[in-house]
Amino acid sequence: MKLFRIKGGVHPDGNKGRTAHAAIEDLPLPALLHIPLQQHIGSPAAPVVRRGDQVLKGQLLAHSQGMISAPVHAPTSGRIVGVGNYPAHHPSGLSVHTITLQPDGADNWGEGEPPRTDPFTLAPEEIATRVAAAGIVGMGGATFPSAVKLNLRTRYSLDTLVINGAECEPYLTCDDRLMREQGVAVIDGIRIMAYALGVGRIVIGIENNKPEAQAAMRAAAKEFPEIEVAGLPARYPMGSEKHLVQTLTGVETPARGLTADIGVVVHNVATAYAVHDALRYGRPLLSRVVTVSGGAVRLPKNLRVLIGTPVEDLISYCGGLSESPARLISGGPMMGQPLPGTRVPVIKGSNGVLALTEREAANEESMPCIRCASCVKACPCGLVPLEMANYIRSGDLEGAVGYGLMDCISCGSCAFVCPSNIRLVQFFNYAKGELTARQRAEHQQNETRRLAEARTIRLERQEQAKREAMARRKKAQAEAKKAKEQAEKARDAAQQSVRTGS
Amino acid sequence: MMTQAPVSGPHAHGAISLRRTMLLVMLALLPATLFGVYIYGWPALNLLVVTIASCLIVEAACLSIAGKPVGIYLMDGSAILTGWLLAMTLPPWAPWWIGVVGAVIAIGLGKQVFGGIGQNLFNPAMVARVALLIAFPLEMTTFVAPKPLFTDSAPDFMQGLAITFGHGLQVDAVSSATTLGYVKTELGRNTPLDAALAQVFDFFNGFSGFMAGSLGETSAVLVLLGGLFLLYRRIISWHIPVAMIGSIMLLAGLFHTLSPEHYAGPLMHLLSGATLLGAFFIATDLVTSPVTARGQIVFGAGCGILVYIIRTWANYPEGVAFAVMLMNALTPLIDHYVRPRVYGRDRRGQPLVYETAAKDQVAKEPISGQRATEASK
Repeated sequence: MKLFRIKGGVHPDGNKGRTAHAAIEDLPLPALLHIPLQQHIGSPAAPVVRRGDQVLKGQLLAHSQGMISAPVHAPTSGRIVGVGNYPAHHPSGLSVHTITLQPDGADNWGEGEPPRTDPFTLAPEEIATRVAAAGIVGMGGATFPSAVKLNLRTRYSLDTLVINGAECEPYLTCDDRLMREQGVAVIDGIRIMAYALGVGRIVIGIENNKPEAQAAMRAAAKEFPEIEVAGLPARYPMGSEKHLVQTLTGVETPARGLTADIGVVVHNVATAYAVHDALRYGRPLLSRVVTVSGGAVRLPKNLRVLIGTPVEDLISYCGGLSESPARLISGGPMMGQPLPGTRVPVIKGSNGVLALTEREAANEESMPCIRCASCVKACPCGLVPLEMANYIRSGDLEGAVGYGLMDCISCGSCAFVCPSNIRLVQFFNYAKGELTARQRAEHQQNETRRLAEARTIRLERQEQAKREAMARRKKAQAEAKKAKEQAEKARDAAQQSVRTGS
Repeated sequence: MMTQAPVSGPHAHGAISLRRTMLLVMLALLPATLFGVYIYGWPALNLLVVTIASCLIVEAACLSIAGKPVGIYLMDGSAILTGWLLAMTLPPWAPWWIGVVGAVIAIGLGKQVFGGIGQNLFNPAMVARVALLIAFPLEMTTFVAPKPLFTDSAPDFMQGLAITFGHGLQVDAVSSATTLGYVKTELGRNTPLDAALAQVFDFFNGFSGFMAGSLGETSAVLVLLGGLFLLYRRIISWHIPVAMIGSIMLLAGLFHTLSPEHYAGPLMHLLSGATLLGAFFIATDLVTSPVTARGQIVFGAGCGILVYIIRTWANYPEGVAFAVMLMNALTPLIDHYVRPRVYGRDRRGQPLVYETAAKDQVAKEPISGQRATEASK
């Protein structure tokens, strides 16, 4: 099919060879599972179990709250040993609300496996409802609740479902393996999603460095003429939602908008697989495939891991670390986040655990910018990273916004090609965070001012009311007095007349 | 539990560094330099070494005054490159102190005063060249005809030392005019252009570089080779060279067609003076040229137009250094006004609007706060 060019991009070393050949293995049951209540964008889930409860596999542990949220389920059967706080799968290492489950080893679904259904007999809304109930979120790493995206047809006129199998991050091979090994299931999930969205056209984008995955998907999609498999040029960040859609359709998503604005919804291949599992077998999202790789990992592998498994269990199953890693990363090396340690649990959005050596991490000193414009050429969003960084360095965050800071997707292409090793993304992330904090502070200030003003007005009104009441009372008293006096006068007059008359 | 400072990605880096960039530029300069040293002999080599060494010394001195780590910055190769480029534009038999004064001006005034590498507004080598040309017009315009190494006419090693470090050369004995200089003088005497050109310009010599001129500027073919190498290794992009050469050739072609007796043709402009060295190595200086492709086209075209104007109507026979410096001054302005189009926005920065957008703008509101930006990799 005809593809369209996107601006910029870089060609990092793929490093996928270490795990691309390794079939997905099931990680044995860990001793403890730590299931955070917020593994998605939106409101955290609210727990429905208590310490000491016995739970079955797939049982609801916490239900979703609000429009944008997702529930979590018990990845296996066992006993709840804690509902409290545990270090998050996040660079800060701060503790978040987490349910801790001690597996009993039986891996028991209760009264048999959930019943099978034919999703194509259901109403499209019902599919979105079931996807929501299964706790499925965007599994490419963004973790946006998938059901919300499946319901976009009510607000937008949609025509195309794009499936993101680009996997443009180096090292990661979890989507590659899933497409190769579970092609039929992935295609089924894709068709269910297209049915829910009411779109007639499906395009699966897979980078050309994964010919086996392309072949597997083509074979599985052979009977469905509405599905097209597109071979994408291997160029980072091809998997960025908006750039993927532009490559496939030639249309740019408007700034601050959604791909739905141009009639396209994008879902990840792993999400499609989870939808298949949920709709065909009634299984909620309990596990995911994680690539464990990096130069410091002895035996890099692709593992199917229960949500909540500590990262250290994955690493020790992969033969442990051969050296102390320079960086421990969740996700790929381009956009992945450093992990505060190996105790943190795997969550729904974890697609990779990388232990990078000093050489791989390329952790060199920054030198001054020589304005070589490599970053300008590499930026897929048409920004001027060097100028943005200059503004941020001098504290003028608004100046950086003027250069398009808010249109930056933090893909890291600029920092990757910088010959001076300037940590450009660090600047941008700092500025974005600082601006958000300022916005929040300003909002809070405005709210405080509004409330204070409202209070003053309210108090004044009360005063006023009091004064008025007092005045009324006085007036009433005065009138009563007057009336009394008049009455007395009248009585006196009457008595007088009676007296004179008699 | 291990701890690490939370750094943002990317946690990988391309095989690119400042030093590598500088080394590749030097590699590209090498053929033209070797040729210059060959045809102008030992004095040219002496001047090259003196200029580069002086640049290194001045750089080290400035860095230590500024309290910066001398070793790291000296190793980045930028000072060597500045000295090298400066020497390329000097008359090959110029005395040693031209190189030393040039180095002080280039590195001291042109670069370190502005704050060191990456901070200078003007191309340091051109600052030095222009200052030297104005201050020492005689030394800076005394060129020699080629006297290739190991031929009878060439000075031997000791004579070479005497030329560079001694009393200089006997000007009248060896001096020879450059093509541009000769043409300018002769046109001033109302000599018809073709008669003047016949004396000095020969297409083959212009192409190979076997003629009088600056140390590294004369060989069009070798400079072009270096430039193409830089393009191939993506150190520079095509925009500045193409715009600059294109605008010179266009103007030269236009005026030559209108009045062949008064205006030299495009080929002479292309092959003489610093046109090619300027277009590929000097105007493309990363620090002092615009960062966007369209800005680079504006910059290159501006350089080319100014070069032609100065060569044709101003007092100096050659104008590359002036043209590049004038455009350097405009670089911040160009970068301010010429920016790339941001993804999803039009040229004015407003979000793109499509006809068939949302079904219902009002119904969109609940989700606008939570943008579904699934950048799944």
